[in-house]
Amino acid sequence: MSDAISILIVDDEPVARSRLRELLADLSPDFPHRIVGEAANAPEALSQIDLYQPQVVLLDVQMPGMTGIELARHVSARAAASDTPRPMPLVIFITAFEEFAVEAFEVRAIDYLLKPVRAQRLLEALKRAVTRLPSDQIQAIDQLAKATNTRRRHLSVHERGRVILVPLEQVIYLKAELKYITVRTREREFLIEESLTSLEEEFVDRFVRIHRNALVARPSIAGFERVTPSGEDDAGDPYWQVVLRDVTERLPVSRRQWSTVKNLVT
Amino acid sequence: MQPASQPSAPTPDSRPAGAVGAGPAAPSAPGSPSGDNAAVGRRVSDGAAIPIIPDCCNLGITARILVPLNLGALLIAALTGTTASDMLVRALAIVAVLEPVAIASLLTLCGVRRLTTGRSYAVQWAAGLAVPVVLTLIACLIAVRYMAPELAGGAWLGWLVVRCLTAAAIAALIFEFFRLRTLSFAPSLTEARLQALQARIRPHFLFNSLNTVLGLMRGDPRRAEYTLENLADLFRVFMRDTRELVPLDEEVVTCQQYIAIEELRLGDRLQVNWLLDDMPGDALLPSLLLQPLIENAVHHGIEPRTEPGLMSVRIARAGDRVQVEILNPLSENPPTRSGNQMALSNVRERLMLLYDMEAELKTEAIDGQFRLQLAFPYRKERRRRDVRRHFNPYR
Repeated sequence: MSDAISILIVDDEPVARSRLRELLADLSPDFPHRIVGEAANAPEALSQIDLYQPQVVLLDVQMPGMTGIELARHVSARAAASDTPRPMPLVIFITAFEEFAVEAFEVRAIDYLLKPVRAQRLLEALKRAVTRLPSDQIQAIDQLAKATNTRRRHLSVHERGRVILVPLEQVIYLKAELKYITVRTREREFLIEESLTSLEEEFVDRFVRIHRNALVARPSIAGFERVTPSGEDDAGDPYWQVVLRDVTERLPVSRRQWSTVKNLVT
Repeated sequence: MQPASQPSAPTPDSRPAGAVGAGPAAPSAPGSPSGDNAAVGRRVSDGAAIPIIPDCCNLGITARILVPLNLGALLIAALTGTTASDMLVRALAIVAVLEPVAIASLLTLCGVRRLTTGRSYAVQWAAGLAVPVVLTLIACLIAVRYMAPELAGGAWLGWLVVRCLTAAAIAALIFEFFRLRTLSFAPSLTEARLQALQARIRPHFLFNSLNTVLGLMRGDPRRAEYTLENLADLFRVFMRDTRELVPLDEEVVTCQQYIAIEELRLGDRLQVNWLLDDMPGDALLPSLLLQPLIENAVHHGIEPRTEPGLMSVRIARAGDRVQVEILNPLSENPPTRSGNQMALSNVRERLMLLYDMEAELKTEAIDGQFRLQLAFPYRKERRRRDVRRHFNPYR
């Protein structure tokens, strides 16, 4: 069964999940597949995607805690990080409402099904999904998130096989280190695999870039101080660094960014 | 489940019951079937037949009549008096007669209204005007006979007629004012009704429920059947005129049928504690007054949660009032759909139209809970209907 497509079902309603299971069972002669897992909420879904790496995710849009679109955004953000190519699952959204912007769907890079789902429609969507390129999905989900005004309210951290959602308002700074990004909160640090550039784009309202490798949350900036390096060779030029609330470490501001950052002080 | 007693087809020309209060006492209009179902097709208000006499049993309306009357008396005293003390004496003289007559009129009209509602306009006008005129007559006669015979002077008959005609004129003005006021509310009444209708026939709820039924169909056909029956009952109620008065028992059954469907969809997440031991099941209330509040609680308190949440619904009688309390967990996540304030403001508007100042709706957030408290006057149906709807969750 190596060519059977692996599918993950994500829906908060148990009855809705069993309905999808039944429909998929009906479709198995036409569409060989195996259901690798079921998830009732976003953290569950994220860890199962990590664990089973399904090729297709049937994703309910309306879920408590985190909507399907936000969840897809998490998946695509990690897949987009260029250093760590993770397979991007093909997403088929399922929704009871027809109300969200459909521009993103018009590119046909992602598909959505209306509840109650029909077997025939599901089959078409599955057949179409497997012809798509994962990279198109990443773009399309970004577009969809923009069109529906969906912003992530958490960063998803994968740690020893489980997923921790770090609320964005707890993040003090983001710092790129080798292939990871360090997420600093008041209590501790987390590592995530995403790209600093796309994080900067996504959360431009909250974070300001102070250095090629660092973004700082505006509310966490307590002030700036000027430092003169006192090395033995005395070669360093004086530079500015950010003083942060709640944590003791300070981050250097690059010469290039200082012109924009200093506007925050005044 | 027993067959729900269906409202007989609304009889538009019968039962033009008053805006408030007259409902329970409305006599069965001639021509309408007088069986078990006859009591149901009652209208709370019908734009076509607004009673002439305002509802003088209602505190709000009483206040709206008494306050301007007394202000008018003071104004007349101020205009006619020459000195400050003269003004005071005149004001007291007017109020001394006006107050007993006005209050006695209101009390009498409260009863007269119930008797005349549904009669022809002529009868209503005659009865309505007769009350203040007769009371004025009595008051004036008492005044002339025992207190100040010199008041009337020689032409006491003319003096008397002027007083009585003034009373009739004031009463006519008041009646007309309240009739126009009710009329001016009529469009918003229609609007409120439409809004309620639209909110009720929520496409969301329908599609979610159909999806639930489809999900149950193979694994648990009995439950699927039962859910479709509940859904059918609910939609019958949703499509009913929301101005219709129903017994509390019936409204609670509607709420429980709604919850039964949502329980299937939301699984363990939805837990409801019904505290109905002291519920006066025969209390009348407008159809679909509670269900939107329950739906609101599920939508805001339970749906956004990933953890199970406990809701509680307590309905009890306190004296001549029915008190409803709905508690649900406050959720830190914003709800997934908007348009929620609508349910609350919709109910508020309907309460205002129906009960004026006699109903209240309070909401507050305490200890991580959202608490809604609703109180409205306890009015019951004279004759209990034999066929009542029952809800059996264990069927």
